[in-house]
Parts: sequence; structure tokens; C-alpha cells
Amino acid sequence: MHKRLMKGNDAAVYGALMGGCTHFFGYPITPASEIAQTASYYFRKTGRTYLQGESEVSVINMLYGASSGGARVMTASSGPGIALMAEGLSYLAGARLPAVVIDMQRAGPGLGNIWPEQGDYAMVVKGGGQGNYKNIVLAPASAQEMFDFTKQAFTLAERYRMTVFILGDAYLGQVMESVEISGELEQSERKDWALYGDKESRRNLITSIYMSPSDMEAHNELLQRQYAKVEREIVDYSETDTDDASLIFITYGIVSRICHGAVKRLRELGLKVGMLRLKTLFPFPKERLKELARKKITFVAVELSNGQMAEDVRLSVDGLTKVLSFNRMGGEVMKSQDLVAFATEYLKG
Amino acid sequence: MEQIKTSDVLYEEFFRKDGDKKITHYCPGCGHGTIQKMIAQAIEDLGIQDRVVFLSPVGCSVFSYYYFDTGNIQCSHGRAPAVGTAFKRVHEDSIVISYQGDGDLAGIGTAEIIHAANRGENMSVFFINNATYGMTGGQMAPTTLLEEKTLTSPFGRDRKRDGAPIKMAEMIATLDEPVLVSRVAVSSTKEMLKTKKMIYKALKNQVDNLGFSFVEILSACPTSWHVSPVEARVHIDETLSTVFPLGTFVDKADTVLPYGPSLFPFLSGEDFLVAIVEGGELAECEQAPLKDELAIMVAGFGGQGVLSGGVSLANAAIAHQLQVSWLPSYGPEMRGGKASVTVVMSPDEVSSPLAEDIDCLIALNSPSLTAYEHMVKPSGTILVNSSLIDHEPERDDVTVHHVPASDLAKEAGLPQATALVMISAYIHYSQVLTIDSLIESLHLGLKKKSLIGKNRELILKTVEILVSK
Repeated sequence: MHKRLMKGNDAAVYGALMGGCTHFFGYPITPASEIAQTASYYFRKTGRTYLQGESEVSVINMLYGASSGGARVMTASSGPGIALMAEGLSYLAGARLPAVVIDMQRAGPGLGNIWPEQGDYAMVVKGGGQGNYKNIVLAPASAQEMFDFTKQAFTLAERYRMTVFILGDAYLGQVMESVEISGELEQSERKDWALYGDKESRRNLITSIYMSPSDMEAHNELLQRQYAKVEREIVDYSETDTDDASLIFITYGIVSRICHGAVKRLRELGLKVGMLRLKTLFPFPKERLKELARKKITFVAVELSNGQMAEDVRLSVDGLTKVLSFNRMGGEVMKSQDLVAFATEYLKG
Repeated sequence: MEQIKTSDVLYEEFFRKDGDKKITHYCPGCGHGTIQKMIAQAIEDLGIQDRVVFLSPVGCSVFSYYYFDTGNIQCSHGRAPAVGTAFKRVHEDSIVISYQGDGDLAGIGTAEIIHAANRGENMSVFFINNATYGMTGGQMAPTTLLEEKTLTSPFGRDRKRDGAPIKMAEMIATLDEPVLVSRVAVSSTKEMLKTKKMIYKALKNQVDNLGFSFVEILSACPTSWHVSPVEARVHIDETLSTVFPLGTFVDKADTVLPYGPSLFPFLSGEDFLVAIVEGGELAECEQAPLKDELAIMVAGFGGQGVLSGGVSLANAAIAHQLQVSWLPSYGPEMRGGKASVTVVMSPDEVSSPLAEDIDCLIALNSPSLTAYEHMVKPSGTILVNSSLIDHEPERDDVTVHHVPASDLAKEAGLPQATALVMISAYIHYSQVLTIDSLIESLHLGLKKKSLIGKNRELILKTVEILVSK
């Protein structure tokens, strides 16, 4: 076990290396550039592959090519780059190729700015490209989790043959925290569907085209069954003080750290406030939210967007309880005292 | 005339659609069938069928995998060179064939082909130029001839509005890396034989690990051109090849050196861990006597060692078994010359690295004091760099210490250690961490390891002066 003070962005590279990733394809963009920089050093130094593509479009297709060859592959970018990857992400889903993509979100739309936002939620959680597909989306909230979740992402990607997103943000990439580099160095095993440039794999075909509508529908149904399996098997979240709460913050990523401080303060003030932090955004913890909603607890979806996650919270609770939104955008971040004031006013008002 | 027989590399029957399984889906007179037979033959002649991975593009040849009994990857429009690049990096012994049409390679995928060529990727690219978008029904392509009428140039391609036919072989030939760049045609028997040889050469180069080979093939599309198959082949010889001259533009096969193995061997086990964990060990000290979170902001300008000082402080806190976070101001704000970092330390998980109020402000210059002193908690601490700040904080509910940090750092010849002097003072006054742990953490924060000794002396001198005060 090794412990190091490191940036969230760097922790992701260590997580990738320990997760058995052998091929990193990068294109620089603030605030994710350190991931490519650190990967370019350590991937090459350890005999793995780092290659800088000419664009994010090229990069996502490099992931497609290397994943077709059975390798553990990844890239990292931010919103503008992820948007360019949309078609390629859809191809990966259609061809059922595993891949890991990190999105360190910045503020948008357009060029926006390089401060943190969570405005890519809909693009990433709902798929982003053409067709009926999903990505698995993990939402780390610390540098340690940038390591842990990235490492785990490669196993999930291969198990379900899907793209796994790490949805971070500008702060999470820039913050340095102590990170434990732990666990076994993972390795990828030979896959029966991949191409290896040999006799055994020669008749394997990587494609997403199904000319007949009935075949195409069957393929779509297969994908949906896979997504349902993901929903049954890997939904993850954590709760703080939800047992007796009359108000719960629903949150993810860096914002959950801010909510945590607010809950602590609100409890000191004697107010029954808790929080539920999403670790997976797809799958979304629908069942647990519904359970809590039946207790008539008020939910406050706290996020750095125009309420993109809140929509999923509302869908999950299906009108069983009230879902409020607390949003900041543009790179502005709420303070825990803002949340304390909001909750106090709501509960006492 | 040499017979072009069917190679075993092509499947005997094609299961694309019901009906006759012996014929391809290509139209009568189309060049694709002829070219694909030639490629299959070259694969057979080179004995590389098991190693081949054929990249099918979007276009009429999207169904190539129904014909080639090789590995097959269907790629998105224009991106096959990126897909092939990556596949080849995973399987260096594979033989990657990128088979692309003119919309694919000369339109949407210009970036991918140019950069794959420029990296000298060891792959073979066959560029089928029939001057039209065949599969979508005959729209204008980047290679469509001037004044030619298509579905999207109904009045003929207008040079002033639509540009001129793009010459990919000539463009790629301007790059340094390609080994072979040639343009051939599937028209007369003579040209077909040349084509066959060039296809073989492009694949042979890859087998020999020589690098990037590009063969542009002028090919007929009688359907989109609205002519008979025979007329189409005449059109290639008489018209198309005057706009796109045939010939070999680059051929370095006899002079380039083959690819060698990577400089870095693939590491695993302990070698791997040693390679990725650099910079020495963390110091280990007693658990610090801290009950609640503590936030310290160091603020000044670039060159005072704000960020690296913050790293040393954070590492000293880790040495004392605390959890820490270190969050700088970053991006354009940093480029403006300002620099600040907030270090939060906690006996448990740090709740938020975004400290809203701070326990201690270390102000290295006057603007920082003015900008951030309001953030200090009541009965918190402000450390003032008295070398540069000649006014007092406005706050009267905090403890203030003055340290001539810039002077001390300058005397020691280490102006970039100004923040470190102040951090030493902070540790001295706060007693949360120890000077030893700060010194033992220096190697983790300093880029120039040769300066560790001088920094150590500076820290000790700072403490000495503060003690004697």
C-alpha cells in the first residue's frame, strides 16, 4: 500500500493503471489535462500505450479500435470534448465494446468556462449519442474515489461490455488529497468476442449495423436487458442521517462534500436533515428514493446544473413527495451555509 | 490477360441477403468487387489471412465483412484510420487494412487520414475514389469533377461555390512519414495489373513493418455516373485520370528502417509499482492533537512558492495522520499572477475542500490580505508577511503575527520559499503539526531535490528567530 498526496486528476491515472488499463488515448482540455499529462508519462514508462489523437472524435474511435482488440482502454476529457465523442460513444454501445471515459465537467454551454459544473449530467447519464443506449456512470467525490472508481470502472466495463463514465468536475480534478494506491494490479483476460489478429478470433466481427429491423430490434432488446441487469446489480449510494430526517439533500460528486458540511451544521441546530449521495448515476437508486419518498420526506436535489439530476429524482419518486431544487450554474458553487439557510427556512418557515 | 480468380480469403457464399449467395451486392461494373478480389488475392499470396483485420467504412463497402473471411471491424464514417491506429497499437502483428471511399476519407475523415499518415501508422489504406457518394444515391463528393451534375450539385459542381476536386494522394505525399503513396485505376487491363501490384506492395510494406502505405484507386460507379459499365471504365481513362493523374508519388520501401520494439518494456508486479510510485516515502509522526477541521489559506503571487509550500504543509499534516485537502485557485486566475491555495486538515474525512471560512490566513502580499481577511473566523489567525505588507489587518477579532518572510527567503537565496517561511511560522505558532514533519516532507513538495538542504536551513532559521523574538 502506498499513500500519496495527489490531485484527483492524477489519482484517476493511478486507478487506471492499477485497473489494468493498457491503452490511453488523450486530447488536452482544461480541467482534465493533467489526466492526459500524467498518463503520457506513466503509460509509456511502464510499457503501456499513451497516444494523443488529433481530436476527441479521433480519440473515441481509437478507443473503439483498441477495445475491438480486447484491450482495456480509456480517455479523459471535459464537456466540449465529450460532446464531440457522442457518435463514437454510440458506436461503442452498439458494438458492445467496453471502454472507460472520464468527464471532468466544466461550465457551459458553448465554450463556457473552466470552473466546475454538473451540466453534462443529461448528456452522459442519458447516453449522449444516437440510439437507445446507456453508459454506466460513476460519480466520485474525492481524490481517493477518483482512484477507486476509475480502477473499478475497467472491471465493470468488461463485465457488462459497456462504456463506464467517471463523472467528475473541475474541483475534483484539481484538489489534492491523500490517496492510497492499493489492491491488486488487474489484468484483462482474452475475450471470445474480440479480435486478436489470429486464427482463433478471425471470424469475430465488431459491428453495430443490423440491416433488418427485426434483427436491429432484437439487438436493442438485448442492450435493454443488459441495462436492466446493471440496474439490479450495481446501484450504489450512501446515506447520512436519513433515518429520522424530514428533509434530505439528494446530491453527487463534489456537491455532496458541501452538503455533508451543511447536514452536520443543521443537526447541530437540531434540525432533522439528512442526505443521500449518489455514487452511481446510471444505475439510479430509484427504489431507495421511492422508499424514502413514501415516508413523505421532502427531497432537495442539490447540484451544479439547471436541475438535470432533479428530473431523475422526480421520475423516481413519481409524485410521492415534494422534490425541490437547489442549483448553481456557470462555475458558481453553493456554500454549505446557503444550504443551511435554505433548509432552516423551509423547515421552520 | 491474367485471370483474376477468386481467392479463398473471400467467403464462398455471402449471407447478406436472401437470394443468390454467390454474387456480391455491388452493382454491375462497380470497381469495389474487382478491387476487393485483388486485395483478397494479395492477402492469400502473402499468407496473412489470420492476421488481417479489415476495417469496413460507411459507404457501399460497409458490407465488406460479408465477403472477407478475415477479422472485421465496421467503423464510423471517416474514422477508420483512428480505429486502425489503435487496433495496431494493441496487436502489432496484425495486418490492418483500411478500405475507404471518397466521402469517408476525403470528406468527413480528412483529419483522421492525414494524422494517421503523419504518424506513419504501420497500416495499408486503400482509398476508393469514384468521385461520388455511391451508397446514399449519388451526391457530390469532395472528389466530384467540376461541372459534374449530381443529386446535390444539380447545376454542376461550381468551382467558386463548391471548390475543386480534392487530390488526396498529392496531399498525403507532402507528409514526411508515409512509405508509399500511389494512385492507380481500375479501368483498362493494363491499369488493373498495375493496381494489383500496388495493392500487394502496400500490404507487403506492412508485413515488413515499414509503415504507412496509401493507394488511391480510381474506380467506376456506373450507377451514379448514369453510364454503362464499359463507358464507365472509359470515363476513368479519358477524364478522371486527367484530373487525378496516375502515378507513384512516394516510395521509400527500399530506404526506410522497419519498426523496432518499444523503448519501454511492459512492466508488471513489483517493477510496475516501483515505476509508478515515485518521490520517496511519506514521513510518519504521532497523531496530531486536532479535534475539528482546520482551514489554512496561503495567498500571494506567483514565484513565492505558494502552491509547493501548501503541498509541504499538507504532507506534514498527512505525516501526523490527518486527512487533508489542498485546493488552489487555478486557470486564468493563476496566469494573472495571483496564487492561492487552501489546505484543510481534519482528524476525519475532510468535509469540503472548498473552505468557506478559514482558521488562518497566510498573507504574502498586500492585495491578498485585503482580499481574504474577511474570510478568517473570529478568533482566528492572520500571518502577515511584514517584508511586503506595511499595513495592519482591519480585523480586530483575530490574532496577528508578523514575519519578515520575503527578507528571510531572499537572504537565504530562496525567494521561491517565501511561503515556506510563513508556513514554518504557522506551525511554530499553532503547534498543531511539528517542524520536523515539515522538514521531512520537503522532498515530496520540492521539484528541485538539490534544494532540500537549503530549505531545511531556512525553516530552522525562521523558527530560531521566532523563538528569540
